[in-house]
Amino acid sequence: MSALKNIWIVYNRELKAQFNSMLAYVFIVIFVLLSMSLTFLLDDFFAPNAQDASLEFSFFRWPMWLLMFLAPAVGMRLWAEEQRTGTIELLLTMPLAVWHAIVGKYLAALSVITIAILFTFPIVITVAYLGDPDNGTVWGGYLACIFYGGGALAITCAVSALTRSSVACLIIALALCFGQLLIAIPPVLEYAADNWGGRVADVLGSLGTWAHYTEMKRGVISFANVVFYLSMIGFCLFLTSVVIKSKRS
Amino acid sequence: MISVRNLSKSFGQKLAVDDISFEVKKGEVLGFLGPNGAGKSTTMRMVTGYLPPTSGEVFIDGINVAENSIGAKQKIGYLPEAAPLYSDMTVSSFLSFIAELRGKGKSDVEAAIDICFLGPVKRQSIDTLSKGYRHRTCLAQSILHDPEILVLDEPTDGLDPNQKQEVRNLIKRMGEDKAIIFSTHILEEVEAACTRAIIIDQGRVVADGAPNDLKAKASGSGSHTVKISGMAGSGIRSELSSISGVKMVREFASSESSFSGQVIPSKKINTNGESIFNLCKEKGLLLEELRVEEGRLDEVFREITKTDTEISERNVKEEDPEKVVQD
Repeated sequence: MSALKNIWIVYNRELKAQFNSMLAYVFIVIFVLLSMSLTFLLDDFFAPNAQDASLEFSFFRWPMWLLMFLAPAVGMRLWAEEQRTGTIELLLTMPLAVWHAIVGKYLAALSVITIAILFTFPIVITVAYLGDPDNGTVWGGYLACIFYGGGALAITCAVSALTRSSVACLIIALALCFGQLLIAIPPVLEYAADNWGGRVADVLGSLGTWAHYTEMKRGVISFANVVFYLSMIGFCLFLTSVVIKSKRS
Repeated sequence: MISVRNLSKSFGQKLAVDDISFEVKKGEVLGFLGPNGAGKSTTMRMVTGYLPPTSGEVFIDGINVAENSIGAKQKIGYLPEAAPLYSDMTVSSFLSFIAELRGKGKSDVEAAIDICFLGPVKRQSIDTLSKGYRHRTCLAQSILHDPEILVLDEPTDGLDPNQKQEVRNLIKRMGEDKAIIFSTHILEEVEAACTRAIIIDQGRVVADGAPNDLKAKASGSGSHTVKISGMAGSGIRSELSSISGVKMVREFASSESSFSGQVIPSKKINTNGESIFNLCKEKGLLLEELRVEEGRLDEVFREITKTDTEISERNVKEEDPEKVVQD
C-alpha cells in the first residue's frame, strides 16, 4: 500500500510541475494543432475519392511522428532536471524506493501525453458526423498512440537518468526513437531480408515500432503488440533504476 | 543512534572516504570539520543512505542502512549541501509534498514553517526566494517529521550573521534530544553548538573529541603570555628560561626595564603560572600581566589538515625565534 501511496504522491507533484512550467500546455497545443493540420492539409481527408469515413490513414498515421518529438520533450526533464538541481538527493533520501519515484514520474509524464492525444477528439466527432467510421479502428488508433507514446517516453526516461542536460536527453532520445522506428519500416526490412537473411529481418521487425504501431492502428490489438510495448516500457524503467543506482556507486 | 563502522567510499581511482568510524549518541551534536574535498559531504551522503558505501556499514538506531534503507531514512532528517529545492513550487506546497512522503500532516508543515521563520514567504514560489530563505526552506524540510537523527550539511552556509545565530541556537536546542551531525567551515560554530567535533582530512578522521580537548592540542595551548618589569629585558628572559618545565621563551618586546613575551611549557601542563609568579616575587619584579593561552580551534585545524609542503615551510619559519632564545 505504501508503494502505491508513494507513487501517487510523486505522480501528483510531477504532474503539477509539468503544468506549472507551462510546458505541458505548450506540448498539448502543439500536438493537437499539428496532428489536425497535418490531417487536413497534407492528407486526403476531404478527397473526393475517399472511400470511407476512416481515420486510419488520414489521422492516425501522424501521431507516431509527432510523438517521436513530443514524448522526449515531455520526458526530458524527468531525471535530468533532478540531477542538475540536486533535488535527486532530496528525493532519494526520503523514505521511498527508487522505483516508486521512477514509476510516479513516468506516469505523470505519460498523463500529459495521454491528455494531448485525447484532445484530438473533435476529429472523431467530425468523422462520426460525416460518416460511419469503424469504432474498432478508432479505439485501436488511440491505443496505438498511447502505447507508442508510452514506449518513447520510457526510452526518454532512461536517457534522462544518464544526463544532467535536458537538451542532450531530448536529442539522444529522439534519435533512439527515430532509429527504433526506422529499423522496422518495410524498405529496411526488405533490404535486411535480401542481404542478411529472413531471421535478421524478423528480429528487426519485432524490435522496431513500425509494425506494432501500424497493426494497432488498424484495430489489431494483439497480445504480441501489447506485450511488446509493456516489456519495452518495463525494460526501460528498469534500466532507469539501474542507471540511477549505478551513478551513485 | 548513529554508528559508522569502517566506512570507505571510492569514486573510480579516487578514495574519497578512507575507513572512517564514529558514533553519535542521543543528545550529542557532532561537528564535522575538514577542508574542502576532505570527504565530509560524501560521508554524510552515506549516512543518509543516498550513496552506497564501497565498504563498511552505517547503523541508524540499530538499523543497517544498506539492508533497510527506507526504515533508516524514516528516522533521518537531511539537509543536503547547497539546499536543493523544487523551484517551481511554493514554500508551503513543497513542504506539504515532503510531509506527505513522510506521512505527516498540515500541522507539522505549519510547525516547521514557524520554527524556520518562513511565515512571510510561505505562499511564495521558491525560485523567487533569497538564498537565506531557500536554505531555511530546506532546513524546514529536514526537521518537519521531528526526526531522531539530523544530518545537516553546512546548515549555516549563505545565511546572514543573525540567521546563523538562530540556526546555531536551533541546532543546540534540538541537540538535547536528538543525535545531530553537522558540517561546517566556521570554527566558532563548533564551539558554539557542538558537544563533540571530528576533523577529517583526505578521507580520514584526524581528530575526534570535545571542542575544548581539541583546543588543548593547539601548539600555543597552555603557554603563558607575560609582561614583567623591574629588570633588563634580557635578564628577565633568561630567568624565565631557567624555570624548570619551560621549553622556550618567545619574545614580543624587550627594553631596559621590562620584558613581554610568551612562556611555552615543555609539556602541555598548566603549572608554570605559579613558578612565574614566585620568580617575580623572589626577584622583586613587577608582574604586570599573566595570561594562560587556551589554544584556538582554527590553529588545531590548520595544524592537523595542512599539507606536507605547508608543514615544511612552517618549520623553516619557526626555527628562527627558537634559535634566538637558545643562544
